[in-house]
Amino acid sequence: MSGFDLSAILSNPEYMSMLMHGMQMTFVIFFGSWLLAMTLAILLLALRVSPLRIGEPIVAAYVSYHRNVPTLVQLMLWYFGIFTLMPQGFSDWLATHNAEAIFAVIGLGLCQAAYFSEDLRSGLRSVSSGQMEAAQALGHGYTSAMRFVIMPQGVRNALPPLINHSVSLFKNSSIAIVIGAPELTHAVKEVENLSFRTFEIYTIGTVTYLFFSLIIMGIGAYLSMRADPARRARA
Amino acid sequence: MIQDFINIINDYWLLLLIGQYPNGPLGGLANTLILSALAIALAFPVSILMALARLSKWRLLRWPVTGLVYVTRGVPLLMLILWCYFVIPLWTGADVPSFLIMLVTLVIYQGAFLSEVVRAGIVSLGQGQMDAAKALGHGHMSAMRFVILPQALYNMIPSMISTFVSTIKDTTLGYVINVPDLTFAASQVNNQLLTQPFQVFLILAVVYYILCWSLTYVANSIERRITRRRAGPRNARLPAEAAPLKTITEQL
Repeated sequence: MSGFDLSAILSNPEYMSMLMHGMQMTFVIFFGSWLLAMTLAILLLALRVSPLRIGEPIVAAYVSYHRNVPTLVQLMLWYFGIFTLMPQGFSDWLATHNAEAIFAVIGLGLCQAAYFSEDLRSGLRSVSSGQMEAAQALGHGYTSAMRFVIMPQGVRNALPPLINHSVSLFKNSSIAIVIGAPELTHAVKEVENLSFRTFEIYTIGTVTYLFFSLIIMGIGAYLSMRADPARRARA
Repeated sequence: MIQDFINIINDYWLLLLIGQYPNGPLGGLANTLILSALAIALAFPVSILMALARLSKWRLLRWPVTGLVYVTRGVPLLMLILWCYFVIPLWTGADVPSFLIMLVTLVIYQGAFLSEVVRAGIVSLGQGQMDAAKALGHGHMSAMRFVILPQALYNMIPSMISTFVSTIKDTTLGYVINVPDLTFAASQVNNQLLTQPFQVFLILAVVYYILCWSLTYVANSIERRITRRRAGPRNARLPAEAAPLKTITEQL
């Protein structure tokens, strides 16, 4: 084998289109599961703070399960286990509609929802109860106090862990390779099998992941700067 | 349905526990535990060295380690496993067992994450401790060894346990390079049965759940005790005053 030569891969249209498809799928999985996770996390949080007695233990059990079972095992349970228990017609329909990607989104999204809801909750809890009392003393109702006083501070506190967990979610999308979703790591493995240029293709894959992780971290830093009134005033 | 679970556990509990041990390599739950314990035991000294390097005043030491930490944080563990799986046999020229490859990967990965925890622990102690130690005649190294690290590491114990939990969860990814761990054993059982994947993988999930949940429980109770101790006897009623150490661990 000749020396390290990135252009052998970068100038090959076939390899590049495989990588592009992989990247596309990685992003579909990432954005799909992120949206699912955030929606669920807000619902879980609402259920937790609601006066319903049953809400608290249900959410606690949900969070506990998803944080203590490895993501890989959760995906396997979804794809190899629950998939086979579904009604025949439905699973046939799924099988023709990229079931791997759908289950990757479901599995990763449900798992991530547990982390997101905990982040949001600890963010809200760190806003002292005096804030709510002060807002109400100034004439805000519950909803309006939540909207204008509590939420802005809570979300600001929750931002750093939310960003960290979004990066983790992006990285964890690579686990979908185990259930056969054709995402970036899968594409990297395929190109490796075709080209035998392992060093080059792994470097490309690593740099791609690193690049987008750093972008997410950068967006996070920008958002926390924007959300911080003290720093915004200075800027 | 319940009968299925009992039957699977009855027939395969030994395989899930130790793999094909007497007739083959050790595997199953035992191997998962050994792998994660070894990984954390080796990652611990590595992480202290990396944290000291990141806090060092020499750029030559600080920059490469900082770079390594950022790369490890930005790249999926799976990619790192693939790298090690390819590079280690190439460099050593030997047929390295997948267990060792997974161990090296985990030491690098968790070492980088733990080093952030150690660094946070050292930084959170404040400059005063170092100044006081130097005033008493300690050099930098001796102050680190006898004053800073003992305190920082004691405060880190809960983070260490939660890193152990995430290491256990990380070992599942060894599945892609066929490390004979618990996940591998379960998929073997699944391949033999073929008809009951849901039952097999639910058992797998439950085993991991019990393992990780109980370790997290231990970590939490130790954390409460440490927070109380850091608050001191006079402030024992106000444990919230002592800033809780930020637990930086990777989820998986």
